[in-house]
Amino acid sequence: MLRRALQPGLSRGVLGRGLGTHRGRSTLDQNGKVPEIKKKVQSVLPGGAWNPLHDTSYLPPEHSDVVIVGGGVIGLSVAYWLKRLEKPRGAIRVLVVERDHTYSQASTALSVGGIRQQFSVPENIQLSLFSVEFLRNINEYLAVVDDPPLDIQFNPSGYLLLASEKGAAVMESNVKVQRQEGAKVCLMSPEQLRNKFPWINTEGVALASYGMEHEGWFDPWCLLQGLRRKVQSMGVLFCHGEVTRFVSSSSHTKTTSGEEVTLRRIHEVHVKMDRSLEYQPVECALVINAAGAWSGQIAELAGVGKGPPGTLQGTKLPVELRKRYVYLWHCPQGPGLETPFVMDAGGAYFRREGLGNNYLGGCSPTEEEEPDPGNLEVDHDFFQDKVWPPLAQRVPAFETLKVRSAWAGYYDYNTFDQNGVVGPHPLVVNMYFATGFSGHGLQQAPAVGRAVAEMVLDGHFQTINLSPFLFNRFYLGEKVQEHNII
Amino acid sequence: MAAPRAPLHLVTPVWNRGTRGIRGLSRAVAPEGSQKKGRSLLQFLADRFYDVQALREYLLRKQVLKVHQKNRPFTYIKERFGPHAAGAYFILKQGGAVKFQGKEWIRSDARGHFSLDFLKFQAVPVEAVDASGCAINYQGLDSLLALKELQSLWLQRCPHVDDWCLGRLHPLANSLQELSLAGCPRISERGLASLHHLQNLRRLDISDLPAVSNPGLTRILVEEMLPSCQVLGADWAQGLPSGPEEQSRDTASPIPA
Repeated sequence: MLRRALQPGLSRGVLGRGLGTHRGRSTLDQNGKVPEIKKKVQSVLPGGAWNPLHDTSYLPPEHSDVVIVGGGVIGLSVAYWLKRLEKPRGAIRVLVVERDHTYSQASTALSVGGIRQQFSVPENIQLSLFSVEFLRNINEYLAVVDDPPLDIQFNPSGYLLLASEKGAAVMESNVKVQRQEGAKVCLMSPEQLRNKFPWINTEGVALASYGMEHEGWFDPWCLLQGLRRKVQSMGVLFCHGEVTRFVSSSSHTKTTSGEEVTLRRIHEVHVKMDRSLEYQPVECALVINAAGAWSGQIAELAGVGKGPPGTLQGTKLPVELRKRYVYLWHCPQGPGLETPFVMDAGGAYFRREGLGNNYLGGCSPTEEEEPDPGNLEVDHDFFQDKVWPPLAQRVPAFETLKVRSAWAGYYDYNTFDQNGVVGPHPLVVNMYFATGFSGHGLQQAPAVGRAVAEMVLDGHFQTINLSPFLFNRFYLGEKVQEHNII
Repeated sequence: MAAPRAPLHLVTPVWNRGTRGIRGLSRAVAPEGSQKKGRSLLQFLADRFYDVQALREYLLRKQVLKVHQKNRPFTYIKERFGPHAAGAYFILKQGGAVKFQGKEWIRSDARGHFSLDFLKFQAVPVEAVDASGCAINYQGLDSLLALKELQSLWLQRCPHVDDWCLGRLHPLANSLQELSLAGCPRISERGLASLHHLQNLRRLDISDLPAVSNPGLTRILVEEMLPSCQVLGADWAQGLPSGPEEQSRDTASPIPA
């Protein structure tokens, strides 16, 4: 209609008398503005060049059912299982917010990549067994038509845990639990250990447990990229930004015993764009905190832990950053192809890397020696003082070695009991946690993703019961202590 | 790095840039055969319609399920006739060959039929299994691992035997003396590292493994790992420059002043 109005002489519409009807110049056409106005109006019409709303395709959407904070292996695993278990197909809109798309500080990319079932908590063993089954069939789970299959480069070499006299009894009971859950672990005496691995010095070793199957190490970057590719093909949206604020509302209720309780519900997540002040408020129904080492900060933003200490409101999420070093060295006469992932009784560990007599290893520092997690600089003296001596004592060939390179990464360290936090928060009702794994998150990621997705979609755990890992345990003081942590 | 595996069966060639619309389709498809044309058409439609994409995913899933079906366990035969008979039945069904202790090789013919006489053997152990070219995978190894007195296992050119399967062979460590993995496309040096459990192994064939990144070095490391085993396979000098010719070339070139 407007187009017809513009055509001179055809209508008596908006512009009043037809423009061309007057002889000579009309009163409107004082300075030649009319052709300009005509051009502008024409460009507004569909097909024109002018976009009145600027391009916002780089911003996340305004509404999303689930917002996953953190795009590492845990966050992507949750996204994958949410899209896989949803009914009907396409029912749930998922947004993954990741601050750093290069994953330069992410624990996933910097991980040594080991997977084992030699834990003492049965739930940890079940999580690891499920994840192994996922990794074995990764090309069925994460297949994208027309894309090449994934090769996660799994080394089925097993884990070898060494125990001194003090730890031998604990190791035996652990192995019993592991066998009950279905892990294939065998116990070896120092004699058998020497026969099997002649390069080990068994002085001080009372017992060793060796995983025969389903243990080893793999390439975490490949798993991450495979998950990313699959999750994008399933319709999950990615956003390159940082979560800066949660907008929530509170409601007060009384418990059965008459106490006043404040429940919070998150309504919006403010996602700030990278290197700019612009932010997008994303309206959401659920938030999943999979931010890894920074989960504690995200939880504080959501109001977890704001209250008098000792109460449920005042219980913070006890996940903090801890820095760990990994060193790569070359040892020409070192152990051969059969080298498993060796974990010494004192906490030092190493594994073979490739075919060229290179080895990766490190050690967890004690509480007093914890390095400052402000940056990812490597302390080489730590290797000289804390890593090399125990390893050289255990493997005499390591007395001559040359450090090739080293890097540092963060653990999302759970200061309470060094095991993961999974499930909803009791007071902030729509925030779910999937964090705090303290160094074994990668090997449990597929199973944890499934557990959180089941919690979100069904309200309870189905395949693996992770009730011991809920948030409540921090308030109730029930530790799920693991006796086998690197 | 190791040679990349061939893409999944339903992968089609990269779509050219100059193909827009239905008319572009006929120009892009090379006149090589109706099968390729059909697959390109399917890909073209799958890029545009969710239903066709779901159909392609279903077809892919069906291929995977076919392999699973081939590797199902035969629990009835195992309960009735024992683990050796069940293992033999499994291998024969896949198209391989079995040798019982003291008997001749039993093979299935070209049409997949084989005689069921071996079911009458009472607890005669299976001595050798020839599973060359069979679609045996991780699940299917269940039937093989029950054969506690297996001495010789040939897994040549099996397309689904990978590193995970090799990690599973340790229960056969007491009896296995000969293992052949020649030509398996999915086995790499990482799986070979888990063969050190097989201490009684005397002959190991690891020739022609495309996924092994450095065949010569791998063979040396495997020989070190299994000292009493004869390792057949890659020539250890493979990949090294030939010495004397290189040196003569060097002396021939003029030294820059």
